[in-house]
Amino acid sequence: MTAAGTGVLDRLKQRPPAGPPTATRRRRVTAIAVVAVFAALPFAGLTVPWVLPGPVDVLNSTGTLDVLGLGFVFAAVALGYDVLFGFTGLLSFGQVLYFAFGAYGLDITLSAWNWPLLPAVLATLAAGLVLALALGATSLRGRGIAFAMVTLAFAQAGYYLIEDNPHNLTGGDTGLVMSTSRLPAMLVGVASTRNLYWLALAFLVVVYGVVWLATRSRAGAVWLAIRENERRAEVLGFRPLPFKLASFTVSSLIATAAGMVYLLLVGTAAPDSVASTTVTVSILVMVVLGGAGTRWGAVAGAMVYVYLQQYLLKVAAQPSFATWPAAFRVPLSQPDFLLGVIFVLFILFVPGGLSGLSGLSGLSGLSGLSAVKGLSAVNGLRRLRELARRIARTTTGRSRKGTR
Amino acid sequence: MSTFIAITISGLALGAVYFLVASGLSLIYGLMDVLNFAHGVFLTLGAYAGWAVAAHLPQQNGALFLVTAAAATAAGALVATVTELLLIRPLYGNPVGQILVTIGLDLALVGLLLGGFGANSRSIQVPGWLTGVTDAGPERIPNGDFVALGTGLAVLGALTWFLGRTRYGIIIRAGAENRDMVRALGVDVGRAFTLVFAVGGAAAGLAGLLNSVVFNSGLVDPMQGDQMLIFAFIVVVIGGLGSIFGAAIAAVLVSLVQEYVTFYAGGGSGLAQLGNISVVLVLAIVLLARPRGLLGRTA
Repeated sequence: MTAAGTGVLDRLKQRPPAGPPTATRRRRVTAIAVVAVFAALPFAGLTVPWVLPGPVDVLNSTGTLDVLGLGFVFAAVALGYDVLFGFTGLLSFGQVLYFAFGAYGLDITLSAWNWPLLPAVLATLAAGLVLALALGATSLRGRGIAFAMVTLAFAQAGYYLIEDNPHNLTGGDTGLVMSTSRLPAMLVGVASTRNLYWLALAFLVVVYGVVWLATRSRAGAVWLAIRENERRAEVLGFRPLPFKLASFTVSSLIATAAGMVYLLLVGTAAPDSVASTTVTVSILVMVVLGGAGTRWGAVAGAMVYVYLQQYLLKVAAQPSFATWPAAFRVPLSQPDFLLGVIFVLFILFVPGGLSGLSGLSGLSGLSGLSAVKGLSAVNGLRRLRELARRIARTTTGRSRKGTR
Repeated sequence: MSTFIAITISGLALGAVYFLVASGLSLIYGLMDVLNFAHGVFLTLGAYAGWAVAAHLPQQNGALFLVTAAAATAAGALVATVTELLLIRPLYGNPVGQILVTIGLDLALVGLLLGGFGANSRSIQVPGWLTGVTDAGPERIPNGDFVALGTGLAVLGALTWFLGRTRYGIIIRAGAENRDMVRALGVDVGRAFTLVFAVGGAAAGLAGLLNSVVFNSGLVDPMQGDQMLIFAFIVVVIGGLGSIFGAAIAAVLVSLVQEYVTFYAGGGSGLAQLGNISVVLVLAIVLLARPRGLLGRTA
């Protein structure tokens, strides 16, 4: 939406529904600048005291790059989850299943079956697609809470299966270490930290692009309408189920792909860090902290979450920490406690999340919980009504031709 | 055959504990449309309260175990009431926000318990007969099973009486059917919301104590409630959200499937978790055949 901007009236005429064109352009420039800064980070050997999450206070140290890379992976997962929860209004508690499937799928094909990297990645994605379609079609038979519970149950079944270690495939409780023998040299060894960091960043950019396209597509308009008023979308002539399944599948496939990047980054798939319900809860916390229904909110929420968690662990690991008074030591030693408290405070007092705080928001004018609640019904339904009108026009045109 | 009976009784006892947890969840959901994720930590806090009180009792016997049980129940009710007043009440009319706030509370409280007590378990002191067994022919049945079963039946009876015969019970049932109509009749539904949370929390606190004493060799740990909660959710959904009798039937169904599969198929297949996995399958089948659950109300 580039505006020529010759006069005030022209600019008013060309004003897109999402906001004035200058704001869009400014946002695009900011996004490119942010990506460029992060891409250049491995070259910045600055010493930054106190705030870094890694053990060394240097900006491009391995510890810091690892934490940021992990942040990018979870930002991608959160973006995927935002498609389902924020944009389509479907509260799922099983997102971790697809993340775990990606991590374990790649791990098993690489390490247990000794496949080369590319077939392993493609096979995991294809199997993940089948899994998402099958389980999505089943769980979407339930609505609202029933849907949430079925997704939770499926994810839990996956967790039990991994814990059970069938045919010694998953490594059970301790997890499965990835074999690096079939990986390209650039992803293994001393220089790999940087390369993996860039891989995670590139992956996040791609996922952001996919989510941007998906949520602005025709299907994206229907997703918003379903979120705001499913019955009304139905009355306008859209069968909700295929659209909900599409949203579920896009969201799950992103999680599967992210699981694979996670595995390359971390090198191990363990049930408690990739398959337990705790992970689903943290994904949900990331999206809500950032502001559900906004793309960059999900990214920001995930980065803040991963940073806080790692930073608090670092604080608690300091030798002087044991001498602190218990009133500080007990809560600070548990990132979950602080994150839980922050989460509760956000829900009560900052329902739009981080993106709501900044005044910027995504497609929906209003964002976050208020959007999920349906306060911002205006935009999605308007777009949908236009869409329905356009489709109706073309079909009636066709039928008129037919009767003549 | 006698093994079968022992397993059935142990399954029914587990079902009774599931019912204690699920009945509260179902009541809360039925009246308020809130799925309470903090219910698991109510359970854990009940067990910790029982542990703290039992440690200070001069001796352990049946009457004093009632004191321990009362402490667990009261702790569950207290935490639930405070939760409703401080966190749920400001979010009336925003069911997604209410669900999320209970998730945050669960995260924070489990974190606090982990920080305070560590991941290691604590052992609740109980009277000797509770950990003993009763000889029933060739089989020996743990006394704890009977206690859990009796408690489950007593709570089922008490809830039925409360919902059917008392004024607040009738308000709760009416509110579950049509909240706005009850409000229009001049009834303070908010008070019923708090009450339902208190009752559900009390049942959860008691369930936490029983779960530790009967199924976990008297041990309490910060994560136990959340592990239980997932099965309670499954029970609630199979039984039909909002239905107490549905929850009772589903609790027995789920626990028996879990026990039978674990005992008869779990060992041979090498899959220790097969019982848990089959419970998930039961849920999928029930929802495919009856999306509203066994006794769920029609929307």
